[in-house]
Amino acid sequence: MNFSLIQKIRGQSGLILVSPPFFYALLLLAFPLMGVLALSFWTQDYLELNRGFTLDNYREAWTGAIYQALMLRSLKISILVTLLTVVLAFPVAYFISFHVPPKKKPLWIFLITIPFWTSYLIRIFLWKVILGFNGVINGSLIGIGLIDEPLKFLLFNQGAIVVTLSHAWIPFAILPIYVALEKIDRSLLEASEDLGDGPVRRFIRVTLPLAMPGIIAATLIVFIPTIGDYVTPKLVGGPNGLLIANMIEVQFKKANNAPLGAALALSAMFVVSTMAMVFLWFNRKYLKQGQ
Amino acid sequence: MAKAKQSRYLMVYIGIFLVFLYSPALLLPIFSFNDSTIVAFPLGGFTLAWFIEVFKTEPLLAAALNSLLVAVITSVFATIFGIFAARASTRYQFTGKRGIMGLIMVPMVLPEIIIGVSLLVVILQLGFNLSLTTIILGHILLCLPFCTAILSAGFQGLDRSFEEASQDLGRSRLETFWYITLPLVMPAIISSLLISFTISLDEFIIAFFLSGTDATLPVYIWGQLRFPTRIPIILALGTVLLLVSLTLLIIAEYFRRIGARKTGNEIKGGLF
Repeated sequence: MNFSLIQKIRGQSGLILVSPPFFYALLLLAFPLMGVLALSFWTQDYLELNRGFTLDNYREAWTGAIYQALMLRSLKISILVTLLTVVLAFPVAYFISFHVPPKKKPLWIFLITIPFWTSYLIRIFLWKVILGFNGVINGSLIGIGLIDEPLKFLLFNQGAIVVTLSHAWIPFAILPIYVALEKIDRSLLEASEDLGDGPVRRFIRVTLPLAMPGIIAATLIVFIPTIGDYVTPKLVGGPNGLLIANMIEVQFKKANNAPLGAALALSAMFVVSTMAMVFLWFNRKYLKQGQ
Repeated sequence: MAKAKQSRYLMVYIGIFLVFLYSPALLLPIFSFNDSTIVAFPLGGFTLAWFIEVFKTEPLLAAALNSLLVAVITSVFATIFGIFAARASTRYQFTGKRGIMGLIMVPMVLPEIIIGVSLLVVILQLGFNLSLTTIILGHILLCLPFCTAILSAGFQGLDRSFEEASQDLGRSRLETFWYITLPLVMPAIISSLLISFTISLDEFIIAFFLSGTDATLPVYIWGQLRFPTRIPIILALGTVLLLVSLTLLIIAEYFRRIGARKTGNEIKGGLF
């Protein structure tokens, strides 16, 4: 009885202790999200809010041609960015985990993150300098005489967005994959070799499945936030590169249609989290079968 | 034989990858010392004019000061809240723990635009004005999960017998926390302060939605990117920021190593 009493008091002190950050998150996250949810069912006439319940915003967000197009384009770009980032990141994480001597590993991790310790906006802008009409790539290609005219297809398109965003997110993909690879018991690899697996089979049957948790984390870490980025499309995307986040911003600011903006934001979140959930579910199924 | 060939391919890839990774960062110093308003090759001469201009541009300095203020206040509050959350989650069991900790950690995986938009809606509906304070409120929310994660690791690495010894020797729980626990997790606290400081300093999307008349540095930079003649100054600013962040990082690493030594854990590698 005494024991359970102590536990009870302890439990309460845990609750008391956690309450300041909890109430902060409740007040500034849960409550505002509810506000956005409510807002998405209202309408706005210039600056006046009309609090009558309506599903029109969602109808507009899901059936309006421009919103559909933007949503699909955003999803396509997020998926491409995620794929490219994870594919580029894996060999780097593998290299650091398996080929770098243990003492040098933290230094390598540091090396990977150095380029990211300057302003995010300036980093994105520098890609404009690299890919631009008078940019570094065109300048060098003309300089060595490979081309006479600058290449125009480098900048202001969706490819430029994908490259720029992949670059921006790559350390966030390398780190979780690296952590997963570090956890692999090296004797499992030896066992697989002893049992006659070649390097490729060993990689597919042992290394890759064991690295899966890291790959899944990397995928989600990159995929979810990229849908909300509106800086990159604005700087390097050009006229056909605007994404759903840009439209959300326009609705909230210039177009004075916050309810539609809210519906678009929540729809985008819904689509992304559904896709993340399906992805997780598939992986769980795949990983279970593998065992 | 096959193995050597394999690792040679991997090395080539790593080389190309590092070029890709570093190309924007390397352009930064190149163009910030370049004596030309056009950001393109061929380069003009060497100049320090852009750096001098950085420190002479009033609105830029004002924005930098605003950002510093926002980042300092954000990091202090996010870290204090983080200490509460981390201590509660590593030490205690309580009802609704998963849900409560989940809510606190959610901003880590929420697109920033959602945080910005939802706070904007509520702040405007409640009739408050947008100001640096509203940016700080958003930034604390954003930084809280990162602080909680770092501090939880700090509290977890703590050897509990130190605290028990202190209590056995007659210290109260509060005294024990103040004299024993806090100094031991101080390295984690400093990392948490630095990380949240850096996140806040560089955060643009939330700040853009929640800023009133006073701009933070990223909001100021965003405005300047439209004017081609201002670009070299902004790039020089980027170089300064890179140097400042790297210095902070090295300080953070220094404290992490001290911390590892204090708690008796072996220093795993370390940066240098």
